[in-house]
Amino acid sequence: MSPREIFALRDHLGAELRGRTLSDAHHVVSLTDILSQTVLGGRLRELSGRAVLLKLSDQLRSGLAMIELDGIARRMLLCPPDLNPAHLNALIADAGIDAVVTDEPGRWADTGIALVVTAQLPPEAAVPAKTERATEWLMLTSGTLGLPKIVGHTLEALTGAIVAEGPARGPAPVWATFYDIRRYGGLQIFLRAVLSGGSMVLSDPHEALADHVARLNARAVSHISGTPSHWRKLLMSGSAAKFAPRYVRLSGEIADQAVLDGLKAAFPNSSVGHAYASTEAGVGFAVNDGLEGFPADYLGNRNGVEMKVVDGSLRIRSTRTAHAYIGRAAAALTDDDGFVDSGDIVELRGDRYYFVGRRGGIINIGGLKVHPEEIEAVINRHPDVRMSRAKSRRSPITGGIVVADVILADGTDPARAKEIRDQILDQCRAQLASHKVPAVIRFVEALDVTPAGKLARTDA
Amino acid sequence: MSVKSKVIEAIRQIAKEQHVTLPELSDDLSLHETGFDSLAFAILVARLEDETGVDPFTISEDAAFPATVGDFVRAYENVPA
Repeated sequence: MSPREIFALRDHLGAELRGRTLSDAHHVVSLTDILSQTVLGGRLRELSGRAVLLKLSDQLRSGLAMIELDGIARRMLLCPPDLNPAHLNALIADAGIDAVVTDEPGRWADTGIALVVTAQLPPEAAVPAKTERATEWLMLTSGTLGLPKIVGHTLEALTGAIVAEGPARGPAPVWATFYDIRRYGGLQIFLRAVLSGGSMVLSDPHEALADHVARLNARAVSHISGTPSHWRKLLMSGSAAKFAPRYVRLSGEIADQAVLDGLKAAFPNSSVGHAYASTEAGVGFAVNDGLEGFPADYLGNRNGVEMKVVDGSLRIRSTRTAHAYIGRAAAALTDDDGFVDSGDIVELRGDRYYFVGRRGGIINIGGLKVHPEEIEAVINRHPDVRMSRAKSRRSPITGGIVVADVILADGTDPARAKEIRDQILDQCRAQLASHKVPAVIRFVEALDVTPAGKLARTDA
Repeated sequence: MSVKSKVIEAIRQIAKEQHVTLPELSDDLSLHETGFDSLAFAILVARLEDETGVDPFTISEDAAFPATVGDFVRAYENVPA
């Protein structure tokens, strides 16, 4: 019996597809030619079989280094840009890192990591490398204040949903995402671009939204993804009018009906879909009927993804989930039956499940548990509301009350604020239990969004 | 606007929102008789804190919650500026 054939990223690229590019705000790199080039100064051989920390200040070099390293390194740990440097040593120890790819080699001089390779642009000519092994992809969880967890994936698991969907119809897509590609949501899009035969336009944290959209247009982006918070920001910015992608995708947060409707109105000729995925559970499913939540018959075994609801939370077992948490004190990633507990709480209403919030995001109101997302979804249904955040506030009477910060849609007459507030409260009273109705509604200009694209809830 | 009229206006606004029919708000009306439940009082205290900048029931640890409308108003009037 011959060993199973191993595919790495390089095996999805080739010189036969012309004109493919990976670009950011400063550089355009040809994906057509990349297999005969190196961003690692020709030092790829030295990284063979190593556990490599990928610590770069930009996405473009990170993406190119991933293409080079996959199938050569034993494992690679992707560092997102907002990684707290104080956690780096613990992560290096837990992942057994023995090499680093960086654009700041000076910072690694006395760290005890023997092999430091500098990634640089533009790429230089190099002899194409051959896939040697299935590299383990290590990603970090987001959203927690403490040490992020290291989640282990294979390329096969990471691309399971992409392969299952098959090639996109029509011309090769030009992908973009508001995410960083070193996070699960962004990496999915990067991998889609590599596997689909298309191109990709990367985001830049220092770029104004209007400039970003101009760049997306200039590069003819056809497929684009982001969190509902990313999309709400775009809808608020007034830049959406100049943009007409074929496919708009939401993931990473609950896509409520208001944001789905808002996107459908802003992009009448696009298909708008939301996907359910997490770093640990992988890609669960995509919903393309324009409605929030997902059909109840998605539970059970569907296209190799098994889902069930236990104690209100969605659990997933499939070949696309991560295989383990990595590290000295790593907890089990799955239950005894191999299901990943997503921590996302769902509720069955009629023949559909709706996401109501995160198990860890519950706020306590007078002893009653409240998901802030459930309140936000109701507030967001008001036509003059663009975005909202519900949170708890200490109360000397009940211990806690719900308060909400609300961003009104562009151009709303400030004189209507009181009227809108009353309408929002009426709407909440009609659709929510009384303890979930905000006691105070504040109109604000902006709400914090984390580097991972999610509404900041640190004070919840 | 006086502190008292601010408090009374907030009570009326919340009563309207909560569909509570208020009796006449005299100083000696017991808070219990207003028809407000603890959630309504929590909302009242939060809104008054936003409007006046004070929450007299959190400032002082031993402050007993007032018994009548008059006591409640005085709690706001007596906060040192």
